[in-house]
This record gives sequence, structure tokens and C-alpha cells, in this order.
Amino acid sequence: MIETIATAALAVNENLNIQKRRIQNGKSKKRLSLVTGTHGDELEGQYLAYIVGSYLDEHIDRLDGIVDIYPALNPMGIDSITRGVPMFDLDMNRVFPGSKDGTMIEMICSMIVDDIVGSDVCIDVHSSNIFLQEIPQIRMSVPTAPVLLPYAKMMNVDFIWVHDAATVLESTLAHTLNTRGTKTLVVEMGVGMRITKEYCKQLFDGIFNLLKELGMWSGETAPVRETIVSEGREVGFVNSDAAGIFVPCVSFGETVEKGNHIGDVVDPLSSKIVEKVDAVCDGMIFTLREYPVVYGGSLLARILQPASGGTEE
Amino acid sequence: MKKKILYSLRSPYREQLDVIGFRFGHGKKSAAIVGAMRGNEVQQMYVCSRMVQELKKLEAKGLIAENNEIMVIPCINYYSMNIGKRFWAMDNTDINRMFPGYCQGETTQRIADGVFSKIQGYEFGIQLASFYQQGNFLPHVKMMNTGFTSPELLKNFGLQFGIIRKPRPYDTTTLNYNWQVWETKAFSVYANATDVIDENAADEAVYAILRFLDKQGIITANTPPGYITKLIDESKTKQIRSEAAGVFKSCIEIGKRVERGDILGTISDPFDGETVSEIRSTVSGTVYFEYFAPLINSNTVCFKIIK
Repeated sequence: MIETIATAALAVNENLNIQKRRIQNGKSKKRLSLVTGTHGDELEGQYLAYIVGSYLDEHIDRLDGIVDIYPALNPMGIDSITRGVPMFDLDMNRVFPGSKDGTMIEMICSMIVDDIVGSDVCIDVHSSNIFLQEIPQIRMSVPTAPVLLPYAKMMNVDFIWVHDAATVLESTLAHTLNTRGTKTLVVEMGVGMRITKEYCKQLFDGIFNLLKELGMWSGETAPVRETIVSEGREVGFVNSDAAGIFVPCVSFGETVEKGNHIGDVVDPLSSKIVEKVDAVCDGMIFTLREYPVVYGGSLLARILQPASGGTEE
Repeated sequence: MKKKILYSLRSPYREQLDVIGFRFGHGKKSAAIVGAMRGNEVQQMYVCSRMVQELKKLEAKGLIAENNEIMVIPCINYYSMNIGKRFWAMDNTDINRMFPGYCQGETTQRIADGVFSKIQGYEFGIQLASFYQQGNFLPHVKMMNTGFTSPELLKNFGLQFGIIRKPRPYDTTTLNYNWQVWETKAFSVYANATDVIDENAADEAVYAILRFLDKQGIITANTPPGYITKLIDESKTKQIRSEAAGVFKSCIEIGKRVERGDILGTISDPFDGETVSEIRSTVSGTVYFEYFAPLINSNTVCFKIIK
């Protein structure tokens, strides 16, 4: 069943509609929400929504509960290749929880939250941005980790990043839902404006594993991988100091040692290397710059250090 | 006057970005005035350029008080201004959400850090601010109530209204908020327009800042008499939103007093011209903001009224 959960009139003969599809079977009222498309340049979730929905359609008799799929919280953004909400220059994921009495976007955000609240688990799928490639990972703040970690480990991601909460994150969908008691997992994977089928399949397996653990799925599931958790480890940030074109010489997901050469920033005009980029610590490269043009400060890589006391995973 | 490069950033394909500051007087760091941080803040840059002109004249006449230094930074993000973008063109980040900045961080964090390191330590900080929505404002001065800056100081600008508002979560990364954390008494002056120049509002803003600096004993300036500023808590102002979408027409000028029930504007169907909504004031008061664009969506703030 396709339902419009929020609507607002646009100036000329059109409404902004936020839609979801409810897939339901059996007697259980358990509910999993799959949410994506908050940023219009992040498309990995579009394919994921398709494969999860179509698989459920084909095997509906094995579902006992409700799966709500929200493919596009920011449909105008996806439709116009705009990360934020077009016309407003707003990052939608800085407007939650929104307000019923607020502006158009605040009202839409408030209606979205009201609709998702009450789900047993919500999965909020992002795909980095156009600049950075990310291995499939789940991010959560330290205060939410005790509740969320057991569920995140079921999701077949490579990495769970438990990070300190920043003030600005209070205005995200995930923070709002977690604060209201709806367990929400934020997935980051792939890169903006692209679909990485293998990552979508990896997360697909994780979602069905989670459904099984929740008692909502009686069908086949694939084995899930052992996930690396960041707790007790440091994350090293590699930022460019020069301006130019970044050309990496390591592969995404590769393990490096401190001081290893991981790439160069080059100047196409002078044909010179303007910065030789080295790893700032030992560890696995879980973020790597995809978009080559860089300024001083541009993030080039993130490296997950081994657990303290050794390099064994 | 000394013109100085406060911060530089190399670009892969453009001339280096140089953030320029104009320093007047010398000695104690008395006031820093910051203009455009976004590419559409032309009026904010213009007001600062007018301040540079005024301060040059005052300095030549010896009317900047002994042991006082004033810094004016007309524009930080002219890279975006030159190519018609609002935020930092590479990654669409907002410099005014990056303070206090981080010298090892991302590009706009580095810019914020580079500039902030040069404008902290001043007793007073004045930012020429803009509003995210298209519209006209009555010139006014605003401050975030962090407990550090006395609201009474707002009166020294002599603008009609001084508005006090509570900080919101995202404010903690703005210049105004961080100035206060680093013990600068910070104010935001709204000079009506953003991407066009409004000469009358620019005059008012320049006089207001000169008046403020004069009252603080930093300069001696003759300015037209100001208003007896009315201080207002922002939560006590009334926002009127559109109940329909279509072609928007305002029927009122900012600064006018309205009574509850008065028609403020209309919205008509964009195809057949039928009126689909009359926007009426729900309170009596003075209109200090009006939406300014031909088309309007539903639930858009179209007027703000000071009760």
C-alpha cells in the first residue's frame, strides 16, 4: 500500500508529497522502517529500497509484521540532483524534529517523524556525498551505543563507528527518533550520485538478518560478517594541506602503516606534485576521497587504527 | 588606515583567496565589524565598504579615540560571490556554521579559524547579518542571549527595534555565538536587503554602527538622531504564514502598524488568477518583515509582526 505521509502545496500547480510503501503480512505488529533519500545526491538507498521491496513482494508469506519503505524523504532534491532541499538551501537532516507550526520544511519533517515513531527499528540509509567513498558502516553516538550496538551488529556492515556526539547532530532524523524511543541505525555506504550494487546486496542481507532476529522473517538469510567496532580505537583523519588534484595510490579498504604513501596532490598546470600524502597512523582506510579536486583542508581519507595493544583484528 | 591580508587560501584553479581587513586607529582592540560570509550578502559587504569610507574620514580628522583599534572585514567569501553561489562553492558548506573553526580541519573550518583568530579579543563584535529567506526587513539589531552581552547595549545603535533571541542548537557554530564565548560583546545588524543594495537601509545601518561606536567612546561622530530603541524578545513576535501557494502580493509596507484582522497580502492561483487566500494579521503591531518574491509555497513565513 502506497501512502502519502506528508504533503505541502508548491507555488505552481504541484504538491510536495512524501510517500511510503507499507508491506505487511501475518499477525505481528512489529515494524521495521527503511528510510532514505534525505540528501538528494545520495542514491545507494534507492536501489536498496527497490531490492528489499521486490524480494518481500516475491516472498510475502515469510514476513510476519510490517516493513515500511520511505525511499525519498527529499524527493525534490533527488529529482534535481540537489543535496539539500531545493529553493531553501537547507540540509534536511539539520531540520529535524521540525515543527507542526513551522515553515514548510519544518512541517514536513515533523510529519515524517510522527509517521516513523513507533517502529521497532528504523534504518536510515545515507551514501556519503560526492566527495568521499565509504565502506558500509553504521554510525552512532556514544550515548546511544548501549541500545543500538546489538542491532547494528546484525546488519552485515564492515564497521560500526561509535563517535562523540556533536551539538549539530541534535537536528538529525536519527537523533530525533532515538530520543523518542525508536531505535534508529544510520548507515553510510558507497559514494554520492552512484549505486554500488555489492554494497546494496550486503546491506540487503543485513536487513533480512535483522528481520529474522526480530522474529519478522522466516525465509532464508545469508550469513553476516563479523563487524569491526570503533570503540577503543582512534580514527585518523587525513586532510589535504595543498590545493590541486588528489590521486590516491592505495585502495579503498586497504590496511596501511603510519607514514605509508597513500597518494599525491598534483598541480596540472605546473605538472608538479604539490603535496605527498602519507598515512597519519596505522590502520584500515575506511573513507577515501572520490572527487579529485581539493583545497587545503579537504578530507582525503579516514583511517581506523587497530585496537590498542596490537594490530590483530 | 591599514589594509591587511588576514587569511589566505590557495585554490587549484583561481587566484588565491585573500580575506582583507581594514584597520583603523591603534591600541586596544575595541570593535570588529564583519560583512559578507555568504556569496549573496552584497548589501552586507556594501555597508562595510561604507563603514571603511566613514572611518577613513574620521581617522583623518583625528576622531578615533586614543588607544582604540577598529577592524572592518567587508567580505570573507568573495569566491562564492564572484560565481553566484551562496555557500562555499566546492562543498556547499556555510562559513557561518564553522566557527570557531579548526586549523587542521576541512576547508571552511580552516577559513573560519583563520579569520576568527584575527577578530577575537575585540571588546565589541558587529556582524552584518542576512536572513535565509527572501524578504525585506526593518533595519534592526539582534543579539543572542547567552548571558554575556547586556541587552541594554542594543539601545546604543538607535535603531527602531533591538531583538533578543535564545540560541538554538545550530547557533553554537556561528560567529556571533563564538564571539561571545571568547568574551566579545556581539551584535547582528540587519540592513534589510541581501543580494541587492538598498541605499536607505545601508545609510541606517552605517549611522547605527557609527552611533554605537560613538556611544562607546571609540569614535566621535555626528550622526542623525536615532530611535529610542524598543527591546523585544523574539519569542514575543508573531510570524504569519501562508495558508496556500501561488502568486504572492503584499498589501503592506514594512514599518507600518496594522490591526488584528487587517489584510497583509493575497495569494492568487498562478493560472487563473483567482484569489486563493487572504493573509490577515492575527495580532496588532508593527510589520518588521515581509516576504519578497512573486511565488510562494504553503506554510512560508510571509510577515513578522512586533506586537
